[in-house]
Amino acid sequence: MADALATITRVEGLGMIALRADLARAGDAIAEATGLALPAATSITTDGSRSLGWMSPDELLLILPGAELAEAQQALNQALTGEHALIADVSDARAVFDLVGAHAADALAKLAPVDFAALPADGLRRTRAAQTAAAIWRIDGGYRVIGFRSTGDYLATVLNNAALAGTTLAAR
Amino acid sequence: MSRTAPFRLAQGGRLIDRAFQVPFRFDGRHLRGLQGDTLASALLANGQAMMGRSFKYHRPRGAVASGAEEPNALFGLGQGGRFEPNQRATTTSLLPGMVLRSQNCWPSLDADIGAINNWLSPMLPAGFYYKTFIHPRPFWKHVFEPIIRRSAGLGKAPTDADPDRYEQAYAFADLVVVGGGVAGLEAARDAAADGKQVIVLEQNPVWGGRTPVDHDGGEAVVEALLTDLRSRKNVTLRRNTMATGLYDHGYLIAREALADHDPNQGIPRQRLWRIRAGHVITATGALERPLSFACNDVPGVMLASAVRDFIVNYGVAPGKRIVVVTNNDDAYRTALIAQKAGLEVVAVVDARPTADGELPQAVRALNIPVKTGSAIYKVKGGRNVDGVALCKQAGDPHVTETLDCDVVAMSGGWSPVVHLWSHCGGKLNWDEAEAMFRPNPERPPLGADGQGNVTAVGAANGDLRAAGDLESREQPTMPVWVMPQNASYKQRSKMWLDYQNDVKVSDVELAAREGYASVEHTKRYTTLGMATDQGKVSNINGLAILSKSLNQPIPATGTTTFRPPYTPLTLATIAADARGDAFQPLRKTPMHTWHEKNGVSWEPVGHWRRAYCYPQAGEDRHAAVNREILAVRRGVGTLDASTLGKIVVKGPDAGKFLDMLYTNVMSSLPVGKCRYGLMCSENGFLMDDGVVVRLTEDSWLCHTTTGGAERIHGHMEDWLQCEWWDWKVYTANLTEQYAQIAVAGPKARDLIQKIGTDIDLSQEALPFMAWAEGTIAGVTARIFRISFSGELSYEIAVPANRGLEIWEKLHEAGREFGITPYGTEAMHVMRAEKGYIMIGDETDGTIIPQDLGLGWAISKKKADYLGKRAQSRSHMTDKSRWQLVGLESLDGRVIPDGALAIDQGTNANGQKKTQGRVTSSYYSPTLDRPIAMALVRHGPDRMGQELEFPMPSGEVLKARITDPVFYDKEGSRLNG
Repeated sequence: MADALATITRVEGLGMIALRADLARAGDAIAEATGLALPAATSITTDGSRSLGWMSPDELLLILPGAELAEAQQALNQALTGEHALIADVSDARAVFDLVGAHAADALAKLAPVDFAALPADGLRRTRAAQTAAAIWRIDGGYRVIGFRSTGDYLATVLNNAALAGTTLAAR
Repeated sequence: MSRTAPFRLAQGGRLIDRAFQVPFRFDGRHLRGLQGDTLASALLANGQAMMGRSFKYHRPRGAVASGAEEPNALFGLGQGGRFEPNQRATTTSLLPGMVLRSQNCWPSLDADIGAINNWLSPMLPAGFYYKTFIHPRPFWKHVFEPIIRRSAGLGKAPTDADPDRYEQAYAFADLVVVGGGVAGLEAARDAAADGKQVIVLEQNPVWGGRTPVDHDGGEAVVEALLTDLRSRKNVTLRRNTMATGLYDHGYLIAREALADHDPNQGIPRQRLWRIRAGHVITATGALERPLSFACNDVPGVMLASAVRDFIVNYGVAPGKRIVVVTNNDDAYRTALIAQKAGLEVVAVVDARPTADGELPQAVRALNIPVKTGSAIYKVKGGRNVDGVALCKQAGDPHVTETLDCDVVAMSGGWSPVVHLWSHCGGKLNWDEAEAMFRPNPERPPLGADGQGNVTAVGAANGDLRAAGDLESREQPTMPVWVMPQNASYKQRSKMWLDYQNDVKVSDVELAAREGYASVEHTKRYTTLGMATDQGKVSNINGLAILSKSLNQPIPATGTTTFRPPYTPLTLATIAADARGDAFQPLRKTPMHTWHEKNGVSWEPVGHWRRAYCYPQAGEDRHAAVNREILAVRRGVGTLDASTLGKIVVKGPDAGKFLDMLYTNVMSSLPVGKCRYGLMCSENGFLMDDGVVVRLTEDSWLCHTTTGGAERIHGHMEDWLQCEWWDWKVYTANLTEQYAQIAVAGPKARDLIQKIGTDIDLSQEALPFMAWAEGTIAGVTARIFRISFSGELSYEIAVPANRGLEIWEKLHEAGREFGITPYGTEAMHVMRAEKGYIMIGDETDGTIIPQDLGLGWAISKKKADYLGKRAQSRSHMTDKSRWQLVGLESLDGRVIPDGALAIDQGTNANGQKKTQGRVTSSYYSPTLDRPIAMALVRHGPDRMGQELEFPMPSGEVLKARITDPVFYDKEGSRLNG
């Protein structure tokens, strides 16, 4: 029997901070506080450990090891003092999956209306996976998918179904 | 053991592998085909020309075609959950062990009782149903409809669940070429050479379309094209993939058969592709038209192209003695190929006065008689063709001679496959010379830029000679819509247009006589083109007959609408993975598994599952709810309130914003306090409610109803982004970040203190409608002193990942207080005992806060809020609007929710007038009697009056109007 299209792992222990601000005004302060470059529209920047994703014209998502959450939140609060901004811990509101393997994009192409071949190396797509909201970007050897906590089990189900062995999208 | 089937030719068959025999069963008989066969070729090889019975007259029918257009050869295929009706024999590959059943016959294909309809056919013309079953009126419902329903529908529906998997996938391409014939492959090659990303879709398992059959050297041309395309990285070739529909913006749906009828492969059976195409090229070829002559439906009468397909592709002789009948040169290929295969070609009957093209000349050179200006007077035979009687095409028809034969290969010309072109707006032109509708290149389907985004090429574009150098010079086709030209009524009533639905030339003529001048109306009146083949072989012939009957040119009649899918698509492929546990996202709270382990009875609330109650051994839901309520009122209980919406609103203008959203003032709420708020739509109607919390100087936390979380967040962003875009406010929906637990009951404070908290829970430090932050059992938490039960109550919010831990600690520590989990129904009953309204019960989108006695929550001071203007309109301030009251049932029975209170008199429809309705109704275990809330005209002014609620049984329930607060009116229990 062939292998699954990708190895699917549920990622625990990540910290996530939702950040809303006028990025033109506060971008530099955010970059400094997070230690990451400000992502361009529809992209994500990373230093390997932390990532900063563009979610909308006035919203970013900082993803980092859970242990660094409190400190990062404090740094952001400090950096944005006096600035109109909203900083919210959303670490527990998410379900995170990594899909790693040569055919990970095939599995995702069954769930999301996204042209993964055209997704830039630093691209981030807010989209859906089957019937639930998701954001997807590239990681080493595959993709990271984040969805909502409440539908995490559903997301796991559809990801695993999409990655069933023998179901690559290669033409037959 | 190797046997040769009786009609398998000794040689030939480019798609079959004679080394591999494939056993299958047909109506219980054990037969053998070869690897590469279709069901149709395997049956023909075994001499089984008759493959089914027609739908209406139960006439014997055989395969007419060799591809997707086949109207007759449909089978019930498979067993159990894998049984499928109406499987097309000409496009279904034969696999070992297949089980086929013929359809529309009983008790068997050979001895079919329904065939009596054939003898009754003069009494069953088009529109027969509409004319016959209208009188007497009551018979329709009780007699006619049940009988017709039983005989309606072709094939049997499967009874078991489909065990196969299906999936969908998205794809993107600069260009999608639909059709893998020569025209399509050439178009793909050209686009690929330009560097475009190209996907080529072919519905069949093999490439090349008609070219390999129709032209010597055709196979080599196709192979060369394929070799070129396969070497290109920017080309994807997908066979077994049928483009089913083309929609706006280049959205193309296609079905790929991955493991059709072959579950052993262990992969999804079919895959639905959802493709975004920059441009679409339709290279879908053309379909051959039958000729309308008498008894053109006897098994053995086939399309000329199908006859040569069976010979060349499968090495199968559809018969041994062939008569070709045609109005064009192309059909002569069948004569050449059949003769070459060693079959006898009795004659070519050509309706045209002369036939001197290259192909007719080649046929004459083989000493095959060519009878020009001739027609088939009638086909002889019942279950097989026995022969044909000939006559002249023009003039008064009389039989000139009779020929013995067992196959009639007919060709009435070709119709381009314009389905995809037409699906999203491409227009057609009538081509008089070739007698066909072809795409109008001036009016293609348009993309978002207003430019055409579909191009038709090859035969699909009306270029019937698309194989370039391989083509012969052909002479023009002569339109022949009836054969012979002056056929009698008797002949015309045996000329089939739509084989599957048994629509004849005479039926379309009758429709025209009866005034069905529109082709769409004629279609529905006669059912022409409404069968599972959607009229692929019948539409053009039918509308030509209609045009002739209406005495107008064919383009004036036009075509019916081409709609997806091109060929039938099984519902399982459309549903794909959305079945079983992937049917719909199920939203789970952090305590979901605990509820499951503790005997929960679920209630679906949106996509959430919420605990309705937790029945214990021997309890029904009602008993469980009663027990839960009493336990809360006497001790303490917990409710999983995590599903409630939690939206943070922050910014310098947040207070101003909330004052606009809520009917009362939120900007004045002190930090550390909570306030109940109502939210109305612009039209003044109550749309949501909840407790608003002032978190900091510039941030608020808005609780919404469970169903309101996403909706209200969207509502907020709508106003912020579209109307008040210059207000400095940010929102974030944090619903899923927190687990929220309501701890309610007189022992609530004791319980929380027991599991340990650094928050001062005393009445002084944390009074009703206050909140505080700290830790509970070591977990960062907020405590809101709010109550929906009327008891001393704390709602604890902790990070979602810690919710289960806190919930379990509460239950462990709560044993000494008799703790119980309670569900949504206990919550509902307790709030009704307190007279608290519920969005969705007391409101239905037409209710304003003033109707519910909530005037206290509407600010009179504010200059504006959403809904204020609407609430001042005359209908909203009408004193006779129904108002909230309580009801006390007079005989101790619970009045059904939604029951109407009747008034004096009747309305214009003779119905009793009403003056109120029940909005919530429960048995209250606390009070040991029924309680209800209702909206009643002038209700609050009518305390003590009685109302009557007639039941469907005729019985009348009575209730007395009371105050809606049934329990603890002074609110002393809120403080424990």
